[in-house]
Amino acid sequence: MRRVPPTRVLMLRRCFLRTAGAATVALASQPALADAIVELSLPGGPNERPITRGFPEKGALILQRTRPPLLETPFEAFDQSVLTPNDQFYVRWHWSVIPTQIDVGSFRLAVHGHVEKSLSLSLDEVLALPQVELVAVNQCSGNSRGYFQPRVPGAQWSNGAMGNARWTGVRLMDVLDRAGVKAGAVQVRFNGLDEPMVAEAPDFMKSLDVDHARDGEVMIAYAMNGKQLPLVNGFPLRLVVPGWYSTYWIKMLNDIEVLNQPDTNYWMKTAYTIPDTPHASIEPGQTGIKFVPISRMLPRSFITNIKSGDTLRAGAPTLARGIAFGGDVGVSRVEFSSDGGKSWQEAQLGTDEGKYSFRQWQIRFSLPNAGNHRLMVRCTNSSGEAQPNTPNWNPAGFMRNVIEQAAVVVA
Amino acid sequence: MVRRMLPIILAVALVALATPAADKFTLKSVNVDLPAGERMFPDGPGADVANDNCLACHSAGMVLNQPALPKAVWESEVDKMRNVYKAPVDDKNVDVIVHYLINIKGTN
Repeated sequence: MRRVPPTRVLMLRRCFLRTAGAATVALASQPALADAIVELSLPGGPNERPITRGFPEKGALILQRTRPPLLETPFEAFDQSVLTPNDQFYVRWHWSVIPTQIDVGSFRLAVHGHVEKSLSLSLDEVLALPQVELVAVNQCSGNSRGYFQPRVPGAQWSNGAMGNARWTGVRLMDVLDRAGVKAGAVQVRFNGLDEPMVAEAPDFMKSLDVDHARDGEVMIAYAMNGKQLPLVNGFPLRLVVPGWYSTYWIKMLNDIEVLNQPDTNYWMKTAYTIPDTPHASIEPGQTGIKFVPISRMLPRSFITNIKSGDTLRAGAPTLARGIAFGGDVGVSRVEFSSDGGKSWQEAQLGTDEGKYSFRQWQIRFSLPNAGNHRLMVRCTNSSGEAQPNTPNWNPAGFMRNVIEQAAVVVA
Repeated sequence: MVRRMLPIILAVALVALATPAADKFTLKSVNVDLPAGERMFPDGPGADVANDNCLACHSAGMVLNQPALPKAVWESEVDKMRNVYKAPVDDKNVDVIVHYLINIKGTN
């Protein structure tokens, strides 16, 4: 048992003790947290991570941190389907006080602040609103942070802090309109049921401009891939902000506050900010840079069936396939190179599930000569923006979208 | 028997057809346990202080999965835990924790 001096316990939330007690029981009755080890390829390591099956409603995931949970989707999942299965969808929490019991009868979603009429909506009332559905990528701002060089502190993700799901729910606009947003509203702030251990620490809240919040696309989801959300993915309600990084997709959403001035809370003003430069990139140590809140995602693409270190047969027809997404717009084209970027061929695109979704791609190629070869894939989105050749760098490790490579051996 | 039940089966099927099942989504209450993460920091000078001061808010894996980082980065991380995330870490323990972190995860 970990030793925490009594004085410290008093200063922490009561939930710590409850969590610790419940967890001891859980550990005793559950299979071992780690049944296997996965080897990542982060420059300088450490690269070993346990594969865990120890989280409720979840399958095999890469354990980055147990508490609060940071669980990464094993990369193979992206080769298997365009929609990421709920039980392998990555998980990222900021604070460790996470309710583990949610009663659908007593849960309420509050809407208040600069509105005509404050609301306290039951889940039945939310579900009675017009239903909408959208396929969208949810990607952590720091997805792939572990590849930054020089390395930066934070969750040391490989490329699996992302997922693609069919979200079902209601328009945020419909909820806001029921409350009646007053003239002069500037932003809308979202808060979930999670809380910091220390009461004085900044509660995790994010805000969107009021026009964005009312654009008819931002939604409050009660289902992903046709099923209710796993608790650790935000049950019962999660904000869906298509095309924007996951930091805005508040989980266990239970509070919506309309603000008549810009939100200056820590998670908007200080955390999750990026250099206001192309690709959010600066030189390590560079100062005097203006930082702005992170927002839209950038185009990315991945080869999912061939990885670095694989051996291919010389002259054999080979299929490369993978996924791409445009960021905040659709995929225009995906190009593939088998000669380290000297020449590019356009890949065939799979079914279009909507502009915010992953798009599968594939191409056939063959490499006649034995030796080392670099496969590369590049997505250009429908705004004409292509993935860059050189990686970006910023101190928080956000918005990586460099062209991905796989170094293969042809024999 | 089958013949007698047939009208009932048909009636049930008709009711099912008349209800737009796809539109009606229902949610079920959830009651689960989350693992706590019992891993401790590896032995070394300051490990006890790190265990006592860090593990109340997060499991040790968060630190142990970090790459080697410069002293200034570890200092700013500890500073963030205290001053932004309000971790109740005594002044006298700050250097102990920073040195422990440099020992296990420092760049030089």
